[in-house]
Amino acid sequence: MRQMTGARMVVQALKDQGVEVVFGYPGGAVLPIYDEIFQQNDIRHILVRHEQGAVHMAEGYARSTGKPGVALVTSGPGATNAVTGLTDALMDSIPIIVLSGQVPTFMLGTDGFQAADTVGITRPCTKMNWLVKDTARLSETIHQAFHVATHGRPGPVLVDIPKDVQFATATYVPREDSKISHYQPRVRGDAAQIAKLVELMETAERPIFYTGGGVVNSGRAASTLLRDLVRETDFPITSTLMGLGSYPASGKNWLGMLGMHGLYEANLAMHGCDLMINVGARFDDRITGRIKDFSPHSRKVHIDIDPSSINKVVHVDVGIVGDVGQVLEEVLRQWRARGSRTNREALPKWWSQIDQWRAVKCLSYKPSTKTIKPQYALERLEALTKGMDRYITTEVGQHQMWAAQFLGFEEPNRWMTSGGLGTMGYGLPASIGVQVAHPEALVINVAGEASWLMNMQEMGTAMQFRAPVKQFILNNERLGMVRQWQELLHGERYSHSWSESLPDFVKLAEAFGCKGVQVSDPADLDEAIMEMIRYDGPFIMDCRVEKHENCFPMIPSGKPHNEMLLGDADTAGAIGAKGAVLV
Amino acid sequence: MNALNIKRGSSSHSAYDLRDPNGDVIESHTLAVVVANESGVLARVIGLFSGRGYNIESLTVAEVDHEGHLSRITVVTRGTPAVIAQIKAQLERMVPVHEVHDLTSEGPAVQRELALFKVAGKGDARIEALRLAEIFRANVVDSTLESFVFEMTGTPEKIDAFADLMRPLGLREIARTGVAALSRGV
Repeated sequence: MRQMTGARMVVQALKDQGVEVVFGYPGGAVLPIYDEIFQQNDIRHILVRHEQGAVHMAEGYARSTGKPGVALVTSGPGATNAVTGLTDALMDSIPIIVLSGQVPTFMLGTDGFQAADTVGITRPCTKMNWLVKDTARLSETIHQAFHVATHGRPGPVLVDIPKDVQFATATYVPREDSKISHYQPRVRGDAAQIAKLVELMETAERPIFYTGGGVVNSGRAASTLLRDLVRETDFPITSTLMGLGSYPASGKNWLGMLGMHGLYEANLAMHGCDLMINVGARFDDRITGRIKDFSPHSRKVHIDIDPSSINKVVHVDVGIVGDVGQVLEEVLRQWRARGSRTNREALPKWWSQIDQWRAVKCLSYKPSTKTIKPQYALERLEALTKGMDRYITTEVGQHQMWAAQFLGFEEPNRWMTSGGLGTMGYGLPASIGVQVAHPEALVINVAGEASWLMNMQEMGTAMQFRAPVKQFILNNERLGMVRQWQELLHGERYSHSWSESLPDFVKLAEAFGCKGVQVSDPADLDEAIMEMIRYDGPFIMDCRVEKHENCFPMIPSGKPHNEMLLGDADTAGAIGAKGAVLV
Repeated sequence: MNALNIKRGSSSHSAYDLRDPNGDVIESHTLAVVVANESGVLARVIGLFSGRGYNIESLTVAEVDHEGHLSRITVVTRGTPAVIAQIKAQLERMVPVHEVHDLTSEGPAVQRELALFKVAGKGDARIEALRLAEIFRANVVDSTLESFVFEMTGTPEKIDAFADLMRPLGLREIARTGVAALSRGV
């Protein structure tokens, strides 16, 4: 029976859970916990510059390691600043635990200083949250929080801890003695449903794997099983933004990313397939385009750990609830046991059709010797960093889509991006979280200048904790994606989609104490990238790119997959009034 | 298989089996949701409905198992079959939710609601109100020379019908508990 204060319990519970690092920011309501952090050396604390940064760092840490990320914030504004990160993690199913301080229990509901209804505010943006009013319940609640965050569909949780609960003493309940949670989501897929999938795989003429973030979340084994399954069936495979890396970009069956800015061959194959096998993706609107015309001639199978994902947006023929890794293992077992059969007459025809689509070379762009095309910048970044121990994060916008198109990911957990919520300002803090988890790796945040400015204060964190993150800013002095939509949808009226008074990024780097380089001539690009890679410390690259480049291919809102725009010549009148109301 | 596509010998000889899951017919369903009796759980369940744009027609909640810390939420909601299925799936995946039963789809169920009616009047209207209350098996739980409070238990439809009759007879206020429901049989 170990008696201790609530504050010590927090640190002890984190140690029990194997936590090595916490991203946080102190304040009045978490001072007792910070006092405990001061008096130990097992858990490293990374002091952020803004609580949103702390949560995105925890996300980057979690996404790149497969382990839950932890953030510690104070009450009131500390907690409300965490809301964007929590929502981001909820949309992208990232396991994070946010611990927030709260005013003492006797002040709850009295509008005290730095008080906020944190569990009320964060209820819709957490998988689960708790306000702990009794120190005796604190350690079990934290263990339960880790359990919930990491089981079933992963997601963010929050534990709100009033200051008097941190000071009071009670018995610590170790992890192994904590009450077993009733929350035990199903992970094994139904064998009969899997058998239906296997039968469909044996006869399909035009099959396709459509994979998503669920493969990454399931763990390394799921990616290995997926690779086995693709190799043995020889089916084509595409992936959502969130799933990049589960199947290697160099793999011969890889069609590239699908969706609004996905590759022509991937989208046309989705449209034309007769068997769609969705593995851990969720039929997001960026993927489906117009639902009515989404892959009209296919049987659809959906593997997802979250039962509510199945039939939520698209009605499927076979739904399999379970963990991707466990389900794929059973699919392989059954399919091999039945003789590893596929439709060997039809598949070559399907592949020759796909090769015709590939021949369109949808990622072509008009090269320039005068200005740096953003696509070219990413091609060079890819060429000069390929094969390195490399992690990529991004902000949100055109640069994010170009990064997904032009960078190749060979392994899962190497690509951290805000997919569901589309959070500008995610990439810089996420890159620091990744770097903290992988100190020796090359961590690059591919950014747009507008997104990057949203959380640029975190360069201070990178400096203080010697996280040598590389900020690769594609600077077009525009909110590029907004500008692109205004061009296509709003009569080229560029309402507030450019930034004046941008900072001098080189001087900004110097102000933070790190190194910055500006490059605007394509001839100087390689040397600048090499300087960035070689520099021992955080680095800001101000890469001045073509200002009015549009991101193609593009499926306009409200259009089906087979009505893609491939370049500027296609865009006149492409989007109707119905599409304009969509985002 | 017969023409209606109901499996011979299946226990679910229900017209619901014939529904088009993507149909756009709006149906009313009664869901029983067994939840951990913790603070904030009701807010989480209601937040799901408001956040995702689902309707709540009636809601009751009370602890049903003190030892096990379980409460039962009975919610009547409306939507297409696909929406109802989605509501059930969304409820089932919530961490504090232990069980969800769609009492409308899973077989026959009894539904009851308790209501109190304050009816004020004199003369013939007062006598008529009392006479109708007897027919509806409503109890008088309070009376003054100018008013009655009737208590009635029944289906929501019966309560609606009684309220319609009382309105011209001096109905002043109604308090309703919302629906409680259980499946029939074991």
